[in-house]
Parts: sequence; structure tokens; C-alpha cells
Amino acid sequence: MAADTQLDSWEVFMQSRPGANFTHQGSIHASDKKMALQNARDTYSRRSEGTSIWVVPTNEIAASSPDEADMFFDPANDKIYRMPTFYTMPEGAKNI
Amino acid sequence: METAQSTLPKEEMLLAKFEEKTAAGEAIEPRDWMPEAYRKHLIRQMSQHAHSEVIGMQPEGNWVTRAPSLRARQILLAKIQDEGGHGLYLYSAAETLGITRDEMIQQLHSGKAKYSNIFNYPSLTWADIGAIGWLVDGAAIVNQVSLQRTSYAPYSRAMVRICKEESFHQRQGYEIMATMMKGTAEQREMAQDAMNRWWWPSLMMFGPHDTDSPHSADAFRWKIKRHTNDELRQKFIDKTVQQAELIGLTVPDKDLRWNEAKQGYDYGKIDWEEFNRVINGHGPCNKQRLSHHIRVHNEGAWVREAAEAYKQKQKNN
Ligand SMILES: [Fe+2]
Ligand SMILES: [Fe+2]
Repeated sequence: MAADTQLDSWEVFMQSRPGANFTHQGSIHASDKKMALQNARDTYSRRSEGTSIWVVPTNEIAASSPDEADMFFDPANDKIYRMPTFYTMPEGAKNI
Repeated sequence: METAQSTLPKEEMLLAKFEEKTAAGEAIEPRDWMPEAYRKHLIRQMSQHAHSEVIGMQPEGNWVTRAPSLRARQILLAKIQDEGGHGLYLYSAAETLGITRDEMIQQLHSGKAKYSNIFNYPSLTWADIGAIGWLVDGAAIVNQVSLQRTSYAPYSRAMVRICKEESFHQRQGYEIMATMMKGTAEQREMAQDAMNRWWWPSLMMFGPHDTDSPHSADAFRWKIKRHTNDELRQKFIDKTVQQAELIGLTVPDKDLRWNEAKQGYDYGKIDWEEFNRVINGHGPCNKQRLSHHIRVHNEGAWVREAAEAYKQKQKNN
């Protein structure tokens, strides 16, 4: 008998209510998109936890490497002018 | 710059960094460096946990067609479906450590991977379904609540999800017991009999006493475990005794008594010889549980093959 593949792995993202971000839930196994959506629903939304689901093949996900996290995210630190608190507002200015 | 750390070989530096992180209570993600022993420990624990959820469906499945009402049957089916879901959360979390689901199933079938010993006992009467939900899920909850803060993030996330679903499991079991204790003398006897058979195996679910617990030093240092077996067992006993008394059930332990000084119950000696006998394959249902899983797995192979074939066909279109 051929190797038992247990089908492909898919990552599941779910929106908990309309308008919310899609957040990662975990993964499921399925052989195609339709089965992936059904299995994701059965596995991660048995109590109406979601209003919408995305499924993505696990091996299609590109992830940043934890070893390079410092280098990768560092540039954000020296651009503090991206933060609203960087700016001095004239005393007495309202609603800004 | 020459520091004490940078003179260490790479592996030791990584280990030092890892231990610093876990000591500070930081979460470990799948792509983070981790010691092989940490990975191995987690694969063993998480796959055993996943197998337990799945094998645990069997004693309950035994009563689906004989549930005493449509309501009871719907509840039992929903609970069993949740347990299957718990197994899937845990398999998928374990897969992030680099083991495939097929390997995990092979290890279950070969006996290399274990599942919780409690499921080697039979569910003889309807009251057993009550006792399983109330005591077995009750004990599992105490353990799983503690594991919500385990250091491996995918495991911790799976535990948070599982704990949200578990309280219904315990409550439906306790409701069955409470209902039977308000019934006929025969029903009360049946409930007490289930209590007598499930109480001790439930206490054994927490594993050996701290004094003879293997694998635990690393597990604590790396924050895989946060509470000892005995701490968790004590917590379960202290919660459960009052629930038993309230509905008129007797805890089958003549040495059980409240200890004012420790603000907890003292309890009798656990029969570890029985535990070892059952875990080594001589329990009432070991053979049945495993051979059922193997049979169903093999009989379902054609479904997976058909799904693969359908995928190929779609690709070629
Ligand atoms: Fe469960
Ligand atoms: Fe449960």
C-alpha cells in the first residue's frame, strides 16, 4: 500500500465577527480547498466562533526567521517620528 | 567584543538563551531554537495527549445508541465530537514540532506512544457516562487549566481552546449523576457503583507521586509543566468531594478526611500496582481500544486515497 499521507496541511484563519481581523486558529488536514474549509469549520467553529474562514496551504506560508528578528524589526526603533507622540503640539491645541 | 558568553560553543549559547527565555516565562514558537530534549518531551506529551482525546471517544461512543433520551444522545454526540476536535487541535500543534500525523498514528498503533490509562476501563452502565464526564473530564480540566500556561506556544493555545469547551463536558456528566441520585434505589446504586469504579483511576490520571515521577526536572525548568502531579491531584480532590457529598455519593476512600492545617483533604493510598498492570497492557480494554482504532484507521484508508485521487484529477483538469 502507498504511504498514508493523511492529506495536506492547511492553516486556518477565522474572523470572529464581521469587521474584525482574521486571526490564526491552528491547522487542519484536507486534500482540497473545499474539504479544507469544511474541516476548518468543523474543527474550529463548533460554537459559532467564526463568521468567515480563510484556509491557506501550510507550505505556501512564508515566515520571518526568529534568528533574524532583531535585524528584521530593528529599523522601526530609530524612526520614532512615525509615532504621534514624537511631535510637540502648541499648548492649548485641542482635538489633535 | 570578548564576553564570557561569546566564548561558549554555539549550541551552549543557544541553550543559555533558550533557558533565559523560558525562565522569564516567555513563550517558545515552532521556529525558535529549542533543545532536542525539549522537542522530544513535547512530542511525547502532546501526542499522548492527542491520542487520549481520540481513544477517549470509544468508551463514550459505546453509549450513543443506548442513551436514555434524545436530549442525552444529542449531548453525548456533541461531547464526543468535541473530543475528536481536541485530538485534532493537539495533533496539529504537535506537527509544528516536526513529527507527521502519520508517524504519530503509527506510534500509537505500535504501542510506542501511549494514551491515558483511564480509557482502558470499560463503560458498563449509563452512570459510567456520568462518571466519565464528571470525574475523568474533571480531572483532565485541572491538568489542562495548568497547561494553558505551558511554555510551548502552540500547545498553550490549544489548551486555551480546549479549556473553553471542557466545562460543558464536566457539567453534563455531573448532571447525569445528580439525576440518577434523585431516581430509584437501583439508579442510585448504579451511580454509586460508577463512582466506586472511576474514582481511583481518575486520581491516577495525574500520574505518579512527585517523589517517583520520571521526566519532571527538565519539564519544570523549561516550564512545560507548571504544577506537580500531586498538586494537581490535590486540587481535583478538594474540588470534587463537595460535589459528591451534595448529591449523596460516597467517595470510595475510607481514609479521606479534611485536614484543617493544610486546608485540603488527606486521602488513602493509590494502588500503583494496578496502574502499572493496566498501563502495561493488562487492563480490561487495552486490546479492544487499540484494535478498534487500527481497524477503523485501516478501513478509512480508501477515503484518504479517494480524496488524493480527486485532488490529482482536479489538478489535471
Ligand atoms: Fe477533551
Ligand atoms: Fe472533555
